[in-house]
Amino acid sequence: MQTPEMPKDLDWREFLVEQLIRLMGVSAIGFVLLIFLFLVREGVPALVEVPLSNLLGQRWYPTFEVYGLVPLVLGSLLVTVGAIAISLPLGVATAVFIGEIAPDWVREILKPGIEIIAGIPSVVIGFIGIQLVSPLVRQFSGAPTGLTALTGVLLLAYMALPTIISIAEDALDAVPDSYRHAAYALSATQWQTIWRVVLPAARPGIITAVMLGVGRAIGETMTVMMVAGNAARMPLGFDAFLRPVRTMTATIAAEMGEVARGSTHYHVLFVVGLALFILTFLINLAAALAIFRQERGGGRRFLA
Amino acid sequence: MKVPRYTTQKVAFGIITAAAVGVLIPLVLVIAYIVLQGIGAISWEFISAMPRGGMREGGIFPALVGTVWLTIGTAITSIPLGVGAGIYLAEYAPDNWFTRTIRLAIINLAGVPSVVYGLFGLGLFVIFLRFGMSIVAGSLTLGIMTLPVIISTTEQALTSVPQSFRVVNASLGGTTWQGVRKVILRQALPGIMTGVVLGLERAAGETAPILFTVAAFFLPRLPHSIFDQTMALPYHLFVISTQVPGMPIQIQYGTALVLMVFVLTMNLLATLIRRYFRRRRQW
Repeated sequence: MQTPEMPKDLDWREFLVEQLIRLMGVSAIGFVLLIFLFLVREGVPALVEVPLSNLLGQRWYPTFEVYGLVPLVLGSLLVTVGAIAISLPLGVATAVFIGEIAPDWVREILKPGIEIIAGIPSVVIGFIGIQLVSPLVRQFSGAPTGLTALTGVLLLAYMALPTIISIAEDALDAVPDSYRHAAYALSATQWQTIWRVVLPAARPGIITAVMLGVGRAIGETMTVMMVAGNAARMPLGFDAFLRPVRTMTATIAAEMGEVARGSTHYHVLFVVGLALFILTFLINLAAALAIFRQERGGGRRFLA
Repeated sequence: MKVPRYTTQKVAFGIITAAAVGVLIPLVLVIAYIVLQGIGAISWEFISAMPRGGMREGGIFPALVGTVWLTIGTAITSIPLGVGAGIYLAEYAPDNWFTRTIRLAIINLAGVPSVVYGLFGLGLFVIFLRFGMSIVAGSLTLGIMTLPVIISTTEQALTSVPQSFRVVNASLGGTTWQGVRKVILRQALPGIMTGVVLGLERAAGETAPILFTVAAFFLPRLPHSIFDQTMALPYHLFVISTQVPGMPIQIQYGTALVLMVFVLTMNLLATLIRRYFRRRRQW
């Protein structure tokens, strides 16, 4: 399958089709560049109009032209780290269950079940968060409101699970059976084999799973906007999880609808988007490079 | 004290099984709860009538129609391009740095946050190309967001067709394109369809990308053309559950139920396609 040149006996229509298909393949690069270009185009005026010391400040009060991004970035980090802390052990355990322990019929239920979790719209999860999870959080924590960082963390953890489970399971699946057989031959139990042999062998893939889970959690918008309370304050101190928090994504979604097009506030929101884009780009780049190192030319199965 | 190793195994397996079950239980509970709470709101009027009384009465017809239009628009923009790109990667692309760059781009497209797609759509389609907030702008935005899913599932479906099909095609004097069009694509079609439906399912449920590109807060009529704004189910659920005070709870659950049914039906469809064709596969 070589790059098509124009041999004499080749139909020109076929040549056109092949060039078109080639163009479609290359278009993926074009779209990434296009997204970057338009974020920069709309974001750059803010970098000109707003001094850097303002953007790096600790207060976000757009009405008074105070655009400190730090509380938003910390808010995103707080909920993401919290969500991964919950979904990593739960997700890897579920992947081990599906890949190593479960009988076939249980696997047949779990796999589509996890696909369904991935398919639930984030706005529905946010709605459930408001109706069911946030009253529970308020009851158990005694906080004045149930719309807290913790509520966001719990729901984000659930949303990151399908990503982590399916990729971690791929990683377990890729460990050759000969490793397991060797461990059994040394009279290891099944658990010892999983814990000492299979999991360490699958570690790069599991790290990839976590990174893509982080990317998912940091980019999630509707759920955190609906349940995390949206107070743009520095999320510091021990009780940060029990207070409202505001993420970068929620800020864009909540404020873009209300700003005047072309205003400084409008351009600053694009800067927030640009920061998100670069952040997730780096996370995914790292994950992708890890995959490429594992199996050259791979990576595609990790997308679906 | 040394714990017998089979005891350790029992405890560990117990914990892991509990974790796996614990992941599924909330899913079952949530679906059951939404059905129980929402079923009372469902009536022919709820599905087919315009919202009235500040959306606190009447139905969700325009939001439902809007979501159908957006899903169709997403399909039109993403399927040809996504399947084409998948064919390129599976059948034509040489194994070199440029192809790896394309793969990197696809992985990154898949990871771009949905709200950033919304910003992109606003900047490119709504403002730069002057489509305004419209079904076209929303569909294009959702379409580009759906591309990576369709590309990767297409490529996967094509590469899982055994090499022997290609060899036979070549031995009969078929060109690569003839082989793709007449043999490989037909064999891979179920896999491609499954991926397409799953991609569209995700697009249909998305809210953030349509916030600034198409979605109307309240528009009690159907869109007149593809350059018109429209209501959409996910955004409508967001609006009535957070932005409208005194919203009857049953309408909220009813809307959530309709959205869930819409999306899960597509999920079910994808599963059925996969099941049905796996049994009839020729290899």
